[in-house]
Amino acid sequence: MSEFSLWDIAYNLLLAARWTVLLSLTAFVLGGLVGLLLLMVRTAGNPWVIRLVRGYVELFQGTPLLMQLFIVFFGLPLIGLDVSPWVAATLGLTLFTSAFLTEIWRGCVESIGKGQWEASASLGMNFTQQMRYIVLPQALRIAVPPTVGFSVQVVKGTAVASIIGFVELTKAGTMITNATYEPFTVYGCVAVMYFLICYPLSLFARHLEGKFRHVAR
Amino acid sequence: MAYKFDFGAIVPHWQLLFDGVILTTELTVIGAVVGVGLGIMGAWARASRAPVISQIVGVYVELIRNTPFLVQLFFIFFGLPALGVKLTEFQAAVLAMIVNLGAYSTEIIRAGILAIPQGQIEAAQSLAMNRVQIFRYVVILPALKKIWPALSSQIVIVMLGSSVCSQIAAEELTFGANYIQALNFRAFEVYFVVTGLYLVMSILLRMGLKVLGNFLFERRRHV
Repeated sequence: MSEFSLWDIAYNLLLAARWTVLLSLTAFVLGGLVGLLLLMVRTAGNPWVIRLVRGYVELFQGTPLLMQLFIVFFGLPLIGLDVSPWVAATLGLTLFTSAFLTEIWRGCVESIGKGQWEASASLGMNFTQQMRYIVLPQALRIAVPPTVGFSVQVVKGTAVASIIGFVELTKAGTMITNATYEPFTVYGCVAVMYFLICYPLSLFARHLEGKFRHVAR
Repeated sequence: MAYKFDFGAIVPHWQLLFDGVILTTELTVIGAVVGVGLGIMGAWARASRAPVISQIVGVYVELIRNTPFLVQLFFIFFGLPALGVKLTEFQAAVLAMIVNLGAYSTEIIRAGILAIPQGQIEAAQSLAMNRVQIFRYVVILPALKKIWPALSSQIVIVMLGSSVCSQIAAEELTFGANYIQALNFRAFEVYFVVTGLYLVMSILLRMGLKVLGNFLFERRRHV
């Protein structure tokens, strides 16, 4: 059994927390891009595409994140792709994030009055122009607070990636516990670090909510 | 070399999955009932603005909402024994779910309570109802009715989140899946089927909560 002071524990967890942050950022950015793409094809409005996107969202909102990661982790090797836990976690969390974000943003786009679409159409704008100049700029203001709020869910979701063997904050906590036999201290520290990442995001989301309240509807 | 899918390999182990579904359901029902109960009390404390207790509840809510469920679970199962609190896997899983849902539902129900028009409460006061009566007869049911969809979603999220309880060897559905894939090495097939089971369970749970909501809130009109 190795000797770990509280400082050693905190320092090693801090090193691992970098991976939590990196995974969160990657999943959030990539998930946002995929989510935006889904939002576009959905809003463009082929009924079959709408049904497909809705099914995609239902699938990811109706199953555990852990199962999604397992399916990616164990499924991709079957089609010949050798995936590391990092790739599987990134891909799984990206899909998860895209499903939730596209659903959040759909609500924001739908809250833009029909008149805005009609007015811009009467100016001869095509779909891309309508989205680019009329709808998205307005929807964006409504969308920012819940999007920031959802980023907290992504950070917390990365903890599940520890189960497929990706060494981030939670996994590091487990490994250090196995070396020190001090689960109370270690998991306490792990919880504090997640809190330090998530709480500012939560506060920021709440602040934005207050700021944009008069804009919505 | 193409992989041959063999979903039949799961069939001999159906009992494990069945037991898992039962245990996940048990966890969810206990967690939801007690968790929402805790949420109602927490929301009452928050909305009443009673000095100290309201702040304690506020800290509890923020702590839980800003840390992952998995870490809460590990803390309860591995960490609490250091304080002399030893829990079985099932107890730890249930406790973690209650604590987690308690925090989220406090926030959700509080929003419902704050949406009750002040006039309703004043009217009840003018009928000489005391605070408990006002809360019981005037505030909580309409408040719950308003936020029932959000609360239902949160309960579904907690049910899906319970899949990580397999990590402390609580024998719920994911644990059954892990066990089977360790027996027959058909990881993808097993997790695929179990994902489907979770999907069905979340759809059924959502429907069940809708029916429950109708029962709780619609029939009262005639009473």
